[in-house]
Amino acid sequence: MADPRIGIIDKRLEKVKRVIAVSSGKGGVGKSLIASTLALTLSQKNRSVGLFDVDFTSPSTHIILGIQNVKPKEEKGLIPADAHGIKYVSIINYSGEEALPLRGADVSNALIELFAITRWETLDFLIMDMPPGISDATLDMIRFVKKIEFLVVSTPSQLAFETVKKLLKLLLELKVPLVGVVENMKMKESNFVKTHVEALDVPFLGEIPFDPKVEEAFGNANALVNTVFAKRLTDIALKVFP
Amino acid sequence: MHEWALAEAIISSASKIATQEGLKEVIEVKIKVGELQQVEIDILEFALSELKKDIFKNAIFTIETVKAELKCRICGHQWVFSKDKLDVDSAEAIHFVPETAHAYIKCPRCGSPDFEILRGRGVWLESIRGVK
Repeated sequence: MADPRIGIIDKRLEKVKRVIAVSSGKGGVGKSLIASTLALTLSQKNRSVGLFDVDFTSPSTHIILGIQNVKPKEEKGLIPADAHGIKYVSIINYSGEEALPLRGADVSNALIELFAITRWETLDFLIMDMPPGISDATLDMIRFVKKIEFLVVSTPSQLAFETVKKLLKLLLELKVPLVGVVENMKMKESNFVKTHVEALDVPFLGEIPFDPKVEEAFGNANALVNTVFAKRLTDIALKVFP
Repeated sequence: MHEWALAEAIISSASKIATQEGLKEVIEVKIKVGELQQVEIDILEFALSELKKDIFKNAIFTIETVKAELKCRICGHQWVFSKDKLDVDSAEAIHFVPETAHAYIKCPRCGSPDFEILRGRGVWLESIRGVK
C-alpha cells in the first residue's frame, strides 16, 4: 500500500533552512572536496552546518576532513555525529571498509531510509555531497527533498562541462532552484564555462585555481582551510551565502 | 530506539492516507516488517502505542513479520536471510540501512554481493481500516 518512510522526510528536514546539493555531471571534478570544504568554511563562519555524504558507493568526505571514529547516536532515530563543528552523516558509518555495490533501486532505498530516520537539528545549511550524474540518487533527491537547491561543480574541461550542461538543463526543466556553477581546477585563462553557464541564464559563481597543495591537506581540516583552494572557495561562499 | 523513527513514519504516512480516504477514526493499521532490517517488534509496538492519538486513539496496529528472501543476480540462487551468520557490527549496519547487506552478505553459492532483495526488506504499510 505505502512506503511509510517517504512521508516523514519533510518533517526530518523542517529545522534545516537550506539544503544545498553539491553535484556534477561526472566524477573527478572536486565535488566532494567542495562539499566538505564548503561545510567546514561555513561552520567556521559561525553558521550551523550539516554534511550528508550521499555518494553511497564512493563516500570520501570522511577522508577529506579526517573524520574517524565518530558515529551518529541512536535516539529515537539517528542523531548526526559531530565532527569539526559539523553535524555529519555518511554511509561509511555502516559500510566501513567494505565495498558497497548498489544498484539504482538500492541507492534509492538507502537514501530514503537515512532521510527517514536521521534527525537533523536546527541548521542554516545542510550540504549534501551527491553522487555524479543524473541517475537515481539525483532524481530521488529532487523528488523527496522539497527545499533542495543545487550547487553544480565543473572543471574547465569541455568533457566535464558537456555533462554539467545536461545536469543544468535537467534542473532548469524541472524548475529546481540552482545556486549556480563553480568552475574548479582552473589552470589557464578561459571564459568557456562562464560564457556557456551564463548563456543558460544560470549564475556563474566563480572559479577556483588548481591547487597542487590540496592533496597534502586531506585528512587535516586545519591544513585544508588554509589552502589556496579553500580560501578561494570561502570568498565564493561568503558572496553566495552572505 | 531507531524503531521510534520508523513508528513516527508509520503514523505520519497512515495519517495522510486516512485524510485522503476521509476517515474519521482509524480502527486497524496493518504493517509488514521484513526480517532483513531486524526491527525489534516489541519496541516498534511500544512506540506506536505511545505515538497514537486523535483518529488513531483506538486503532490496533497489526504487525506481520516477513522472511527476507534474497536472489543472486549472477547464479540465480535464492536463499532466506539469517541474522545468525552475521557479526554484531554487520547486523547493526543492516538494521539501520538494510542496503548495507550488499557489503556483508554474499551469495552462499557463488559468493557474489550482487543479489536482489525479493521480499522482507523493511517496514511497509499494508492497509488501513477505519470509519468514514
